[in-house]
Order: sequence, then structure tokens, then C-alpha cells
Amino acid sequence: MGDIAWVSSSASAIPAATVRARHSALVRITHWIATLCFLALLVSGVEILISHPRFYWGETGNINTAPLFKIPIPSSRALVPTGYGYVLPDQNGWSRYLHFQAAWIVVLTGILYILSSLLTGHLQKNLIPRKADFSWRVFSHAIAEHVRFTRPPAAEAWSYNLLQRIAYLFVILILFPLVIWTGLAMSPAFVSAVPTAVTAFGGQQSARTIHFFVTVALLLFLLIHVGMIVLAGFWSRTRAMITGRAGTQMERT
Amino acid sequence: MSHLSRRKLITSGLAAAAGVTGLGAAATIAQKNGLIPPDHGGIYGLGETLTYASHRLLTKHSLAREFSRSQISQPPLANEMAPLKESFKRLQAGGFADWRLSVDGMVARPASFSLAELKSYPSRSQITQLACEEGWSYIAEWIGVPLSHVLETVGAHSKARYVVYFSIDSNWWDSLDIDEAHHPQTLLAYGMNRGELPVGNGGPLRMRVPRQLGYKSVKFINQLTVTDNLKEFGKGLGSASPEAGYAWYAGI
Repeated sequence: MGDIAWVSSSASAIPAATVRARHSALVRITHWIATLCFLALLVSGVEILISHPRFYWGETGNINTAPLFKIPIPSSRALVPTGYGYVLPDQNGWSRYLHFQAAWIVVLTGILYILSSLLTGHLQKNLIPRKADFSWRVFSHAIAEHVRFTRPPAAEAWSYNLLQRIAYLFVILILFPLVIWTGLAMSPAFVSAVPTAVTAFGGQQSARTIHFFVTVALLLFLLIHVGMIVLAGFWSRTRAMITGRAGTQMERT
Repeated sequence: MSHLSRRKLITSGLAAAAGVTGLGAAATIAQKNGLIPPDHGGIYGLGETLTYASHRLLTKHSLAREFSRSQISQPPLANEMAPLKESFKRLQAGGFADWRLSVDGMVARPASFSLAELKSYPSRSQITQLACEEGWSYIAEWIGVPLSHVLETVGAHSKARYVVYFSIDSNWWDSLDIDEAHHPQTLLAYGMNRGELPVGNGGPLRMRVPRQLGYKSVKFINQLTVTDNLKEFGKGLGSASPEAGYAWYAGI
């Protein structure tokens, strides 16, 4: 499947209206697996959070401890003082099963994506900003164009622009590793083997709190990502991520 | 489709066949080495098996983190629990003098121990964290007899693979694989923070498994059964937890 991209992009003689490969098969497949996993992790994570919607800092935290902050929602446990007069049904069993299953799938998918991105040059070619982009002028210009919702040049349909590159790299290299690490830091078995995984954060409850904030950051990314796709043309961009093809004619209409 | 050459189809087919065979072989090896959890069936079996197998390999010799006395959570936390039964209240009224821990199954010498007998055995005290699957946690000192000592005393069979433990509240029972049961930090705890183990924390006798989440540390333990087959217990999923929708292995 990978050679579709190679064949099409090298065939410069094809008419402008012809559709060309936008995303490689591996990028598309890993993208949608990651999307499904992220949504599963988000829903199951919220369900688990509801059983104790309080956050702490340090090693321990419970209802006898002053929280760092509380989420003002009802809880699925009677023991948690929420101010609401009712207790939500417990959903933690399937949520925890689903959370770890989705985590395994997204981690394995992520490893596959990173390795193949290194091998095919996707990382160097499409994700790491170009040398010329490492300047404040270029960066502020890119932000200004985004804020003004200037329609990007057609060439941009074939690779990621500077802000996309920065955002995607931040998600791939910072947020995803951090959310996995803080997740593992909450595992009593894992930290028995790798204690620094949790002590680096100052304790299990600190790791849980950071896990929450990284999730918020990932959710913000998702919302902005989808928002940008809507602005750029939802169907053409979504089709490109499903079929791998995008037509420049479509982009201009 | 014209891009998909016949050679490519053949290689993909071979790769897929090799993959399936590889998975089959991996499953057999995993089963032989005790890397498959009893609740491996169903749609979440993949994630559960990956977690359990990787943890078994990673934590073979690891010890749960221990803390200093100054880190003990004050005041101590007692989680919500089901109302105590009449049979429990009668034993409590008698100061638990008649509390017995019976041990049966694959053992040379089935036995029944009083609390005084358990307390006469070499004790171990450790300050560890109890983390609940809900997200809260506390640190306490736990004092008890290592489960491995009780297993030696009754002469557990070398082919035994699990230790099933029962609460006086028959709705609660659980099991540990034999490695976790023999782990030096796995205790039958009767003391907490330099005192008796309070009823609110599972007294007079609680299983304490610090490398797993709190729900494996079942309260009010009065029976152990050593076995090589979890299928004979309940619905065969290893504990009451999977029957209530929760994972049997609680290391994460």
C-alpha cells in the first residue's frame, strides 16, 4: 500500500485536477486507531474520575485530606462528599478494563507509528519544522495567518504547515509519553519495579493530577484539531485521512 | 488495486499466517508460564492478558515501595463497607477469641489457626500505600504474618498455582497466583499503625497485597484454599471481582 503514495507523488505529469496521495496508509490506519483509542480512554477515564472527583498533590490523598481542587460533579461513591444528594451508578469495572485495553492498543500503535515515521522519513519530512522555519518571524507570521483564517496555499494540502508540525510533535513527543508515564506511575505493581516512575512526580497522587491535566491538554488539542479541519474543509480533509487522497481542485472550491 | 502486485498479496498472506501461528505459540508459552489471567476471556481479554503477563515478568522480584513512619496518613482512613453480619458481630463481642482461619485444599496438613497462633508466628511489619481503584490512597503500617509462612506451615503442594481467600462475608473472596502469595510483602495482617487492626480496616484479619490495588486486600479473612485450578471457584474467573465486572489482576 505504501507504494501508492510513492507512485502518485512522483508522477508530476498528471493533470492538476487529479487526486494525489495525501497520507500514507500507515499514517491513516494509525491515525484512526489512535482516534478510537483516545475516545475510549477519554470516556472510561471520565467514568473512573467520577468515582473520586478530587485531586491531590504528593503521595496520598483521600476524603480525610484537603484536596488540591475538586471537580464539582456528583460521584459514583457515597463516601465522597460532593454536595449532591445522590450517588451515580458505579461504572468503574468495564471502564478500567476498557481503559487499559485501549491504552495497550494505542501504545503499540504509537510505537509502530514512530518506528515507521523514522524509517520512511515521515518524521523528518513532514513533522520536524524545516530549517527555514526556525525563526521568530516565520513563526509569528504563521500565527497571524492562522488568526486571520487566511486560506492556506494549495501546496499546504500536501504537507503540514509550521503550526501543525509544532502541535503534532508536541502531542506525539510530549503529551502522549507523559500521559502514559503518569498512568504507569499510578500502578502499584509497575512502580514496585520502577520506583522512579512515581517519585519523579513527587508521589502517586501528583502523578494522578498530572494525568488529568495532560488529558485536558489532549482534549484541547482534539477540539482545536477538529476545529481546524472544519475550517479547512471537513469532508475533503476527512476523506484524505480515510482514502489517502486529496484533490487540489477540491481545496480551492 | 493494480498497485497490489501478486507478490505483495502472497507476502502479506504469508506474514498474516506467520502472525497467527506466532500468536498461537505465544499463547501456549504464556499459558505454561502462568502469564494468562483467569478472566482472560471476553472482549477485554487482550488488554488484561498483556497487563498481567508483562507485570508478571517485570515484577518477578520487585518489592512494593515502603515509606517512613512520618508518612503514615493521619487520621487513618476506613473505607465504606457492607454492613457487618450477625456471625461477625458475635465473634467481635467475644474479642475475636473464637476467630479461626482455616486452611485447606492442596496442603499436606489442613489446619485451623486462632489469631493467637497467627500472632505467635514470625511477624513482618511494613509501611506501604493502599491505593484504591477509585483514585484515593493512604499510607499505613501493616503488621502480620507473611502468607508464605502459613503456606509452609500447612505444607502447600509444590504444584499449587493459586491461593483462594475468603472473607467471613461470603460475597467476598479473591485469589492470588502462587508468586504473589509467596511474595515477602503479602501478609495476613492483624495489626495496623502499632495497634490491633481496626474492624473498619478489615480487622481482625485482612489479606494485605501491597503490589496490587486495595480491592485485592480483602477484609475479614477466615479461610484459605490452596489450588491449581480456579475453575472450581464461583464462576471460574478467579475471584468475586470479575463477577462484579472488575479485573482479577489489580496491579494497575
